Amino acid sequence: MSIFVDCNTRVLVQGITGKQGAFHTQQMLEYGTKVVGGVTPGKGGQSVSGVPVFDTVCEAVKATGANASVIFVPPRFASDSILEASDAGIELVVCITEGIPVLDMAMVRHCLLGTKTRLIGPNCPGIITPGECKIGIMPGYIHKKGHVGIISRSGTLTYEAVKQLSDRNIGQSTVVGIGGDPIRGTSFVDVLRAFEADSDTYAVVMNGEIGTSGEEEAADFISSFMTKPVAAFIGGQSAPVGKRMGHAGAIISGGKGTAAGKIEALRSAGVEIAMTPDAIGEALERAAMKHGVNVKIGE
Amino acid sequence: MKIHEYQAKELLREYGAPVGEGIVASTALEASEAARKFGKCVIKAQVHSGARGKAGGVKIASSPEEAFRIASDMIGMTLVTKQTGPEGKPVHKVLVSPAAQIQKEMYLSVASDNENAGLVIIASSAGGTEIEQTACTRPQCISKIPVSIVSGFRAYEAADAAKALGLSGLLEGELSGLLSSMVRLFLAKDCSLVEINPLVVTDSGHLLCLDAKINFDDNALYRHPDIVLLRDIEQEDAKEYRASQFDLNYVSLDGDIGCMVNGAGLAMATMDIIKNFGGKPANFLDVGGSATAERVKAAFEILLSDTNVKAIFVNIFGGIMKCDVIAQGVVAAVSEMGISIPLVVRLEGTNVELGRRILNDSGLSIVAASDMADGARKAIALAKEAAR
Repeated sequence: MSIFVDCNTRVLVQGITGKQGAFHTQQMLEYGTKVVGGVTPGKGGQSVSGVPVFDTVCEAVKATGANASVIFVPPRFASDSILEASDAGIELVVCITEGIPVLDMAMVRHCLLGTKTRLIGPNCPGIITPGECKIGIMPGYIHKKGHVGIISRSGTLTYEAVKQLSDRNIGQSTVVGIGGDPIRGTSFVDVLRAFEADSDTYAVVMNGEIGTSGEEEAADFISSFMTKPVAAFIGGQSAPVGKRMGHAGAIISGGKGTAAGKIEALRSAGVEIAMTPDAIGEALERAAMKHGVNVKIGE
Repeated sequence: MKIHEYQAKELLREYGAPVGEGIVASTALEASEAARKFGKCVIKAQVHSGARGKAGGVKIASSPEEAFRIASDMIGMTLVTKQTGPEGKPVHKVLVSPAAQIQKEMYLSVASDNENAGLVIIASSAGGTEIEQTACTRPQCISKIPVSIVSGFRAYEAADAAKALGLSGLLEGELSGLLSSMVRLFLAKDCSLVEINPLVVTDSGHLLCLDAKINFDDNALYRHPDIVLLRDIEQEDAKEYRASQFDLNYVSLDGDIGCMVNGAGLAMATMDIIKNFGGKPANFLDVGGSATAERVKAAFEILLSDTNVKAIFVNIFGGIMKCDVIAQGVVAAVSEMGISIPLVVRLEGTNVELGRRILNDSGLSIVAASDMADGARKAIALAKEAAR
């Protein structure tokens, strides 16, 4: 098992004819993802890497039976693309696009309430269940199939964590990048809950960073509901107050959202902390050992 | 994006908020003429910072002559407040307003409420200069009233805010009107903060916005050309401004190791690891997911324009960003610009083999790092060596 995506996930690429959309469609196909269609308004009838292109998500769903989509469209059109996918009944929408206005995302969050759509992102690397399905921009070759779930706000820091685990012969069940924006479709708690319920996930790595309160909420959830070992790294320990560190959500303001506060909350919840990003793999091994859980492949 | 107080007040006035009279002056003569019109007046330095009063950026003038003297001192000065950092901000304009007689000072703002995907009204009867401190020491004195972006601002929310501020009767009505203006402005212009501090009750018994601060969502500026015109780049860090022209996320720090990283999370983590291993990062720099060779070159130029930088650490884990593109950019920049300080490069991810080959074949003196920790240690050692 795994969470959110597996070998049966059928993926549409919204913005497939763009430079990034086309490149990553090819990469996803090479990984073995079932990319069944693409959408670019006005380019229906073309094909990209052998994948048929449609004008609308609705047409694409009818023709291909897609149940997931990944969005590579520019920020000013991205909120429309999310809503279009949701309206067409897509269950999992992964939005890679960075730079969507906050008020657009606030409206999207309200519109998705009560629908069956789960949004991952925006401003995220995507989601991968190694060996089965890669939806997003992560380099596939660093992953190994296994039993550690990873959740992260940052893209490249996720790869860092994955590589450290794989190098230690620790595989991953599913890796979810929830994104660096202040308003996101899926939270740390949503993913933690899914990992806790997934029989194939034995332990979890969490990569947080300064700003917003997702890590604090995660700490509350972990101390009340998680039985599985969790390790965490929080980025931005050396960031100055009041400066936005690239990610729209990564800013310490009004004394809130500091790395120290998040680390303290997670540590109190029993989470093993990696103080530097190179120590993520080590922290996970410590957490697993404390719980008597074996996460190594083939042991 | 930030704007000046006088610009924020003009926007608020357009939306019907009580901001009072004011004249912007670029010269001492203009300031003294404004003072002649108003009588006793307040002269405020226009810089992108709060805490101006304690730094000498807000003064009262009783006569046009005094206004002339104050304005000629202020215009052209660099104002250092506890929010600007030691380098301060240049004063090019002052705002002259009639001195108000005040019964009561309060704090009122509308901000993004990301957890609820909406807005929040923040109100406190403890207004004035120490609101940040109040938030820490007496959080019970600050009321937060959520506003839905779907339903918009509602009258009952004004009633809650009025309670928090201790206002009743006619003043409650005025507050409702003001909040409605602030929320409409926030939604219409994609603001991230609309703040009135202090909001005052004048001795004639009306509300008046004595100061105003508005921040905007940078991602939404494309649909507000009128707001973009209000940008004052002289208030911004020159390196940060230059970086923004190339879509690079750059934040100046005070260390000696220049960092070039893809992805904000990894860029923060790179700063953290350098600091944790005993070094000092000179900056945060995220070259982003779609950097071209030109942008990489621009990033090098910005890093090298910081004379404190003794070594550069390029830390790339390619996903959407391909390692060969970064490698080409690094090679182009190093060979064109003739970089004389040590350069440590760590490459991993999409097209990594191609990227490493480009670096190797270039014949340039680049220190290769096997992973992030290795790169950080090498950059720290080289920076220390160069400092000697």
